[in-house]
Amino acid sequence: MSDAILQLYHRQGRRNALLVGVLGVAALAALLLDLVTGPAGLPLAETLRALTGGEVGRGTQVIVWDVRLPVACMALLVGAALALAGAEMQTVLENPLAESFTLGVSSSAALGAAVAIVLGLTLPGLPAVWSVSVNAFVFAVGALALLQLLGRLRGGGPEVLILFGVALNFTSAALLSLLQFVASADALQQLVFWTMGSLASAQWQGVLMLALVLAITVPFSFRAAWRLTALRLGEAQARSFGVDVSGLRRWTLLRVSLLAASAVSMVGVIGFVGLAGPHIARMLVGENHRVFLPASILTGALVMSLASTLSKTLVPGVLLPVGLVTSLIGLPIFFALILRGRRR
Amino acid sequence: MEGLLAQNISVRYGARNVLSGLDLPLLRPGEVTVLAGPNAAGKSTLLRAIAQLQPYGGKVVLDGSDLAHVPMRDRARLVGFMPQSLPASSSLVALESVIAALRSGDTVSARQADATAMAVLNKLGIEALALEPLSSLSGGQRQMVSLAQAIVRDPRLLLLDEPTSALDLARQVRLLSELRRLAGEGRIVVAVLHDLALAAQWADRIVLIHGGHTRAEGRPEEVLTPELLAEVYGVEARVERCSRGRIMVMIDGEHAPA
Repeated sequence: MSDAILQLYHRQGRRNALLVGVLGVAALAALLLDLVTGPAGLPLAETLRALTGGEVGRGTQVIVWDVRLPVACMALLVGAALALAGAEMQTVLENPLAESFTLGVSSSAALGAAVAIVLGLTLPGLPAVWSVSVNAFVFAVGALALLQLLGRLRGGGPEVLILFGVALNFTSAALLSLLQFVASADALQQLVFWTMGSLASAQWQGVLMLALVLAITVPFSFRAAWRLTALRLGEAQARSFGVDVSGLRRWTLLRVSLLAASAVSMVGVIGFVGLAGPHIARMLVGENHRVFLPASILTGALVMSLASTLSKTLVPGVLLPVGLVTSLIGLPIFFALILRGRRR
Repeated sequence: MEGLLAQNISVRYGARNVLSGLDLPLLRPGEVTVLAGPNAAGKSTLLRAIAQLQPYGGKVVLDGSDLAHVPMRDRARLVGFMPQSLPASSSLVALESVIAALRSGDTVSARQADATAMAVLNKLGIEALALEPLSSLSGGQRQMVSLAQAIVRDPRLLLLDEPTSALDLARQVRLLSELRRLAGEGRIVVAVLHDLALAAQWADRIVLIHGGHTRAEGRPEEVLTPELLAEVYGVEARVERCSRGRIMVMIDGEHAPA
């Protein structure tokens, strides 16, 4: 009996690993789809030839390598980073609604960008192209640092942190509105575009930077997988298992800050992915973080990549801000998934 | 010195003293000790302090070493804690949650952890729940899984906070006889129980806690007296001795002060 159950359990484990693999393949397929979609219709064969260094025209070369690939890669990485950040935040803050958007990290980043765009204030000695992103990053990290500090001062647990996050969200939104009120028409347009979340300005440097942040944080996340899984059983349980819960929380929030702030500072405010990625992954593979974290990363990447494609095709000839697409298309799908999950 | 010693334990929540200098007698291996007392007497707080899940003043010594100074990892091997309830929202399956109890704080091979966790579920008679998500279990079933998590590391000291509160009669007997067996193997077992009838039947020793102090301690028949029950709980009680030297506690109503 026990052996049969264990076998079944291991079969479930293999099925989950396979699902993660499938998600990975799907994300790569979505990347390809994203690459062949655009105003200049490029056939798949030619795109693949350009990617593999084959013989193609100069125009194709430029479109694939300099225009579409950075955007497509950025979509994939931003989705991965936001979903991983969301998954870990939801676990350490013991709240299924936690993500960079609900905690006010995104709106703080937007505020930082606005300060750079509208008031021209930024860190000294930075090239102008980076000033908006760097400001957004500084504000996002500052927001999370402030949250942690307030949480610590108050001595409160996760629920206090969430409440501060909500408060921070409203404060940043109000200050952002104030800046919009005084902004010039030119700055306003730039700002609106940024607060909607856009991949249009993605560059290779940004892609590499975000890839580096992921490469640094992901191994630590995976190493913490069992500890995070234990935390799902409650703080007292995890501590009695020998998990240093406050240390785990502190390090996880640091990783998450880095991920969320980097992603948001590159592409602006993008809602829904940080929430939906982990939720869809949870429905697919459950909550054992050894599969849940990779599944969240890949789901986020997949969703964001599809959103990037949709942002080019939804209205022919118009490139919609991808943040709008994730919210408008993603949310109904998300609700449908939740309602279906409930009925089961 | 073998056993668990808790001395001069104080815990404050804000301005309120929950425990003020509470002493426990030396709890020896092989004994099941029940902590009893009215609501808000500080029983759960005391249990959490002993488990080092709660800041406290005073000293908790297990087999001669101060638990506050034992590294977290080693402590997790020595002390098992079963909380009042497990979160109902987790979609972890029962077996996975017990494996997490082994692998989150320690380095155990996957094969060994899986087999150990399964064996514990088996022993508790809940192997049929192994692949059920915690969120689909009843309160009582979750409580049994929680017990599995507490004992899977084979701890020397087992602390249980109202372990029978959601269990049916058969499961209560299952759990309590398992506690007896674990104690018989040389462990120290301490449980908070509200049901004095169960306590009288299963405990070797009852510690009656009232207002943050130990009011009385000893064998069930020494502690469960009409006078003490009237004083601590404010109830009118009769205590009858029945066969095999056991006692039965019957509550007739609220105690009317003379």
